[in-house]
Amino acid sequence: MTSEEVRKSILDIIADIAPDEDLSGIQDEVKLRDQFDLDSMDFLDIVMELRKRFNLEVPEADYPQLVTMSSCVEYLTPRLKDHQPVG
Amino acid sequence: MPKNWLKGVNSAYDTIIIGSGLGGMTAGNLLAKLGHRVLILEHHYNFGGLATWFKRKGGHILDISLHGFPIGMIKTCRKYWSKEVADSIVRLKNIRFDNPQFSFGTTFDKEDFTQLMRDRFGVLRETVDDFFTTVRGMNFFDDLSMTTRDLFEKFFPGRNDIHRLLMEPITYANGSTLNDPAITYGIVFSNFMDKGVYTFKGGTDQLIKKMKKELKKNGVDVRNHCLVDKILIEDKVVKGVRVNGREIYSDAVLSNSNILSTINKLAGREHFSPGFLEEVSKVRLNDSSCQVYIGIRKGETIPNVGDLLFTSEEEEFTSEALLEPRTKSRTFSFYYPETRPGLNQYAIVSSTNARYSDWADLDETEYMRKKDELVKETLDCLEKYVPDVRSKIDHLEASTPTTFKRYTRHPGGVSFGTKFEGLKVSKDLPGQIAGLFHAGSVGIIMSGWLGAANYGVIVANEVDKFLRSVRKPEEKLEIVNV
Ligand SMILES: Cc1cc2nc3c(=O)[nH]c(=O)nc-3n(C[C@H](O)[C@H](O)[C@H](O)COP(=O)(O)OP(=O)(O)OC[C@H]3O[C@@H](n4cnc5c(N)ncnc54)[C@H](O)[C@@H]3O)c2cc1C
Repeated sequence: MTSEEVRKSILDIIADIAPDEDLSGIQDEVKLRDQFDLDSMDFLDIVMELRKRFNLEVPEADYPQLVTMSSCVEYLTPRLKDHQPVG
Repeated sequence: MPKNWLKGVNSAYDTIIIGSGLGGMTAGNLLAKLGHRVLILEHHYNFGGLATWFKRKGGHILDISLHGFPIGMIKTCRKYWSKEVADSIVRLKNIRFDNPQFSFGTTFDKEDFTQLMRDRFGVLRETVDDFFTTVRGMNFFDDLSMTTRDLFEKFFPGRNDIHRLLMEPITYANGSTLNDPAITYGIVFSNFMDKGVYTFKGGTDQLIKKMKKELKKNGVDVRNHCLVDKILIEDKVVKGVRVNGREIYSDAVLSNSNILSTINKLAGREHFSPGFLEEVSKVRLNDSSCQVYIGIRKGETIPNVGDLLFTSEEEEFTSEALLEPRTKSRTFSFYYPETRPGLNQYAIVSSTNARYSDWADLDETEYMRKKDELVKETLDCLEKYVPDVRSKIDHLEASTPTTFKRYTRHPGGVSFGTKFEGLKVSKDLPGQIAGLFHAGSVGIIMSGWLGAANYGVIVANEVDKFLRSVRKPEEKLEIVNV
């Protein structure tokens, strides 16, 4: 996947987890928590979805890397480079 | 021949879950949705664990633990159960306090508490805001030596009335006291006393029915009347369980039984390291409960006196007084016809916290006498709010810590798992035995409907990770139907 596809995949995951949120105006540099009503359980869901969709394990120590959209993309792109977009 | 409750069960699963409390069921549902084959074994005839109910002559349906839960339950049900389950959750409108220090109704949210503290208790706005901010910011890494009492004394020194307002509902909700670490209070308070108290429209029976439907849909094998007496372990690796005299195999076992029973009885102490057992020995069980179930005769009505009533005749608040067998503090839950639309009946349930030791060793006569005394004192108290209630009752029954023990098999009949230190032991379990997990009421913060369900999710994530590490999802275990 390209970084653009990774970004799209993350958006898909967040849209599934938080169906009431309007993600169209998302700001990539602002903490996800500060823009949307996401709590620690939601972040756990993101981790579970990444494992389910891409067989990717995010170790607990790396959870802080998922704080903004751009940090997600930066962290995940090299790890998902051999994957096809899904979902 | 007795009925074979395991008829048609497979010889092996990816995960076996011991117990169908909200922690066990929520974990099971999620694991099934993640593609694992799951078996839930419950010893009772009902599913739900403490989230349960019973029926009595006269059309009564009585709920055990449906007094109220935080708003977070809506999101949890929607994400890990279904929209249908989440859509039945409604807010309780009228929560009341009545004691010698204060008497009022509240909507039980941050705005109302802030206003009450200012107007009724004369606290400065800045102090209230500061308190809320501090409590909300508390987390795991905070100093554990600070107790809830210290926290209250810091913000509201000498104000026993405010301590009561802030603590009493939480003590009923999870058995914690002023002596527990302040962070347990902080985490629970931010969930509970923030956006109101919620209930499940239709009653616990409807909730569990909907959950069972969902489990079936997702392919979970759910069995009642199945008592697990051993977790099979070889060389520090889980192999399965022994249930009703049979062995069933699995890569992972998730116990929703109490953490101490899981270690000491189901697994067996011989499998754990001395250092771990040392930690286990420090884990204190939480307290239990007594309840009085009051069914109002069909056709009779009672006035609306609130949904949840925290009442006490104690002059001052202490955590200990709430536990006394002849306590003068109790909560009443009133179930009006709206609770179960169509049934058109009223019920009232009184709950008090209680110590197992006060009830366990009584002989039959003394036990019955104390139960009668509990019922009588409860009705005396209720009559102040619902005049002449005795003439409208056609079902009366009480439960004690020994009742809770019998139905849940929890040591000491605990209502709310363990004190704080139990959480670490629960989390460290898989480090001792590969494939062994625990989820369910533990450590105060993982208690209650929301806490238990969310902890089920947190642990299911670990189980999923583990299962994928031992075997790729596409490699299915060899199974036979027996
Ligand atoms: C009187 C009372 C009132 C409460 N009120 C509220 C309330 O208003 N709001 C709220 O949020 N919470 C309330 N709670 C707390 C809440 O009900 C519990 O915290 C929560 O339901 C516990 O879920 P759990 O997953 O820990 O499992 P539990 O409900 O404890 O269930 C564990 C299950 O495991 C089964 N089991 C144990 N051992 C075995 C075995 N060896 N083999 C097979 N099965 C086994 C048991 O039978 C049981 O079904 C109340 C509790 C009590 C007692």
